Amino acid sequence: MTFNNFLFVALPYIAIITFVIGSIQRYRATGFKVSSLSSQFLEGRKLYFGSMAFHWGILAVFMGHLITFLFPTATLAWNSNPVRLIVLEVMAFTFGLSILIGLTGLFLRRLSTPRIKMVTNRMDLIIELLLLSQVVLGCWIALGYRWGASWFASDLSPYLWSIVKLNPQIEAVSAMPPVIRTHIVGAFVIIGMIPFTRLMHFLVAPFHYIFRPLQLVMWTWDRRRVRDPKTVWTVHRPKNN
Amino acid sequence: MDIRSQISMVFHLDKCIGCHTCSVACKNIWTDRKGAEYMWWNNVETKPGTGYPTKWEDQSIYKGGWEKTDDGIALKGAGKQKGLLNIFHNPNMPMIDDYYEPFTYKYLDLIEAPAGDDQPTARPVSLITGKPIDIKMGPNWDDDLSGTQDYARNDPNLKNLSLAEQEAMFQLERMAFFYLPRICNHCLNPACVASCPSGAIYKRGEDGVVLINQNVCRAWRMCVTACPYKKSYYNWNTGKSEKCILCYPRIEAGLAPACMHSCVGRIRYLGVILYDADRIHEVASASDKDLIDKHMNILMNPFDPEVIASAKKNGIADSTIHAAQNSPTYKFVKKWKLALPLHAEFRTLPMLFYVPPLLPVMASLKEVNQSKQNEKLNPIAKVWDDNWLYDTSTEELWGTIAQARFPLKYLASLFSAGDEEKVKERLKKLMAVRIYRRFKTVGDIPEKKAHDVLKDVGYTPEMADEVYCLTSLAKFDDRFVIPAAHREQAIEMLEFTGDKKGSTGFGFKEETMERGL
Repeated sequence: MTFNNFLFVALPYIAIITFVIGSIQRYRATGFKVSSLSSQFLEGRKLYFGSMAFHWGILAVFMGHLITFLFPTATLAWNSNPVRLIVLEVMAFTFGLSILIGLTGLFLRRLSTPRIKMVTNRMDLIIELLLLSQVVLGCWIALGYRWGASWFASDLSPYLWSIVKLNPQIEAVSAMPPVIRTHIVGAFVIIGMIPFTRLMHFLVAPFHYIFRPLQLVMWTWDRRRVRDPKTVWTVHRPKNN
Repeated sequence: MDIRSQISMVFHLDKCIGCHTCSVACKNIWTDRKGAEYMWWNNVETKPGTGYPTKWEDQSIYKGGWEKTDDGIALKGAGKQKGLLNIFHNPNMPMIDDYYEPFTYKYLDLIEAPAGDDQPTARPVSLITGKPIDIKMGPNWDDDLSGTQDYARNDPNLKNLSLAEQEAMFQLERMAFFYLPRICNHCLNPACVASCPSGAIYKRGEDGVVLINQNVCRAWRMCVTACPYKKSYYNWNTGKSEKCILCYPRIEAGLAPACMHSCVGRIRYLGVILYDADRIHEVASASDKDLIDKHMNILMNPFDPEVIASAKKNGIADSTIHAAQNSPTYKFVKKWKLALPLHAEFRTLPMLFYVPPLLPVMASLKEVNQSKQNEKLNPIAKVWDDNWLYDTSTEELWGTIAQARFPLKYLASLFSAGDEEKVKERLKKLMAVRIYRRFKTVGDIPEKKAHDVLKDVGYTPEMADEVYCLTSLAKFDDRFVIPAAHREQAIEMLEFTGDKKGSTGFGFKEETMERGL
C-alpha cells in the first residue's frame, strides 16, 4: 500500500509541481532555449512521415484523454450506445497506432541520419523512448483491456479529480492491472520531465497567431507623446526586449 | 496620411564587379558561427543563374511572398491557416542542400601527416557532421557561369522568354551576365513578419529595419517559406531563424552597414525615404500592371510641406526629415526614376532598389579588322585570330537595341514585374547620361545631339551632371546619408536608461547562447 501511495499520490504531486515550477523557471531563466528545435532543415522526407503521424496522432489521443478526464459523464453517455463506443475506440486506437508508427520512425531517424545525430542529445532519446513505451502500453491497454473509454471515465477520471481536489483516492487505481498502472505512472513521469526536455515547445504553441494582426511594427517608445512638450515625462519601457 | 521613415537602399548594378567583398564583410561580422555557416545575409548572384538558394525566384517551388486574391492579398505558402496546419512539417521549406552543405578542409593534415611517399591532402569535411564529404555545392557555386546548362539555363526568369530568345542569349559569342547583390529588402509589407506564428519578427517603427527577436522565435520556420527572397535563414544549431539586421548597431552609430561600407565598386547607396503607411495595403494589392507605379507613389516627397507636417506630427525628428531630403536613394528612385525594386510581383514592397545594368544590354560585338593591330605585336605574343570587338561606346540613344545582347524581357522579369517599358525607360536615361558625359569629356559627339538625347528622356543637363556625380564621384557621405539615431535615444532602443541610473559598471555579462535541451 505504501508503494502504491508513492506511485499514485506522491509521484503525481511531485510531477505536477515540477512541471509547473520547472516550466516557469526555465522559461524565465533560459527563454532563449524554448524552441521546437525543428530538424526539418537538415532532413525533411523521413520527418514528414514521422512528424505528421506522431503529432496529429498525439494531438487526437491527448484530446481524447483530456475530454474523458474533464467530462466523464458525457463520455459515458456517448458510450452507452455500442456503435458509438466502438467508433470511438477504433478511432482512438487508430490514432494510437499512428503515434506508434510516427514515433518509431522519428526515433530511427534520430539514430540513423548522420546530420540529425548532430542535433540530438541524450534527453531527446530518453524522452522519445519514454513516449514510445507509453504508446506501446497505451495500444496494449486498448487491445487487452476493453473498453478503455468507459472504464477511464468511470474509474480513472474520479481518481484524477481526487488529485486535483487534493484528496487522493487511490483504491480504484491500486486495483488496476499492472499494465494500466505502469501507463499511469509513465504519464506522470513524462509530465514531470517536460521542463527538462524539448517537450517545452508545446507550451509555446502559437495559438495567439490566430488572433493577431499580420503585420507587427514596434516602436521603442511613443514618440508622438514624448516629443510633445506639453506631456509630462512618463516611463516608456522599450517593448522589444 | 501616416508618414513613417524607412532606411532604404539602392544598388547600382552597372557598377557591381562581383568581387563579393560585401558578402565577406557580412559573413565575418555576423554569420561566422555554428549553424550559420551556410547563411549569406548578403550574397552576390550571377544572372542569368539559379541563385542562392537554388531557384529562389521560382515561387511554384517555395511558395514565398503574397498572392493577389479577390479581396486583397494573402500569403502564398504560409499565413494563419496554411502556417498552422503545416506546422509539424513545412512542405515548402528550402532544405540545407538547396543552399549547400557547409564545409571546411582538414588543413592540419597537411602539416601533421606522417612522412610518406604521397603528398598529404586536406580533405573536405562537413561543418554539420564533421565527416568527410564530397562537395556538391558551395557559396557562389554558379559564380560567373552564365550560359551553362545547369545554372544559367535553369534561371526562373527565363520562363517568359521564347526558346529562340534564350538561345540567342546563350550564344557563345554574345553571352553576357551581370551580378545581382542581394540583402534583406526590409520590406514595407514583409511576408516574414506576417507569417511568423510566434510574432517574433517585427518591423522597427523608427527606421523600418525588420528584425527577428531571438528570444521569441520558436523555430516554426514559416518565415523561411514566406520570404520570397529567401533572406530569412534557419539556424539548425540554435533552432532559431536569423536574417540581415541591416547592421542596425552601426546605423544607430551613424555608420554604414558593413556590406555597404566595404563595397569596392561603390555601388551601394543608403538613405531615408518617407512613405505613407496608410496606403501599404492598397499598394500591395494593386494589379500587376500598376504595382511599380503605385510602389513609387507610396514614397513621399520630403520637400512637400504637407508631408513634412505629417511627419512631424508622427514624431519623426527634424534631422531625419533633413536626411530624407538629402537621401541618395530618394534621388535615384523618385527624382531621377533610375531604380526599380527586385521582383515587385512578390508584393512585399521591398525597400531595396536596383539601377538596372546597362552594359549587358548595350554592349555589342562588332566585326573589325584587327590585322594592323596584330602586326604591331611582338611575334611571340599570343594573338587571337578572331576579329570581334566588344564595344560599349555608342552614339545612339537606342540604336543598339537590335543588337542588344540581353532581351529586355529578361530584365523586366527581374525588375519591373514583366513591364519592358519601365526597364527601357531607365536604361535610356542611363544611356543618355553616358552620351552627354561623352560629349563633355571626350567631345566627339555634337552638342545638339547630346542635348537632344537628354531632352528625349526628360533630363536637364544639370540633372545629368547630378546623376553623373552621385554615380561616379560620390564620396562616403554622399552615398550614405544616415539619419542621426540620436545617441541619447539610440541607447533607449536597447534598454531603459532609468534602470541603469545609479547602478555600477557595465551591467551583467550574459552566458553565450547555446543550443537548448
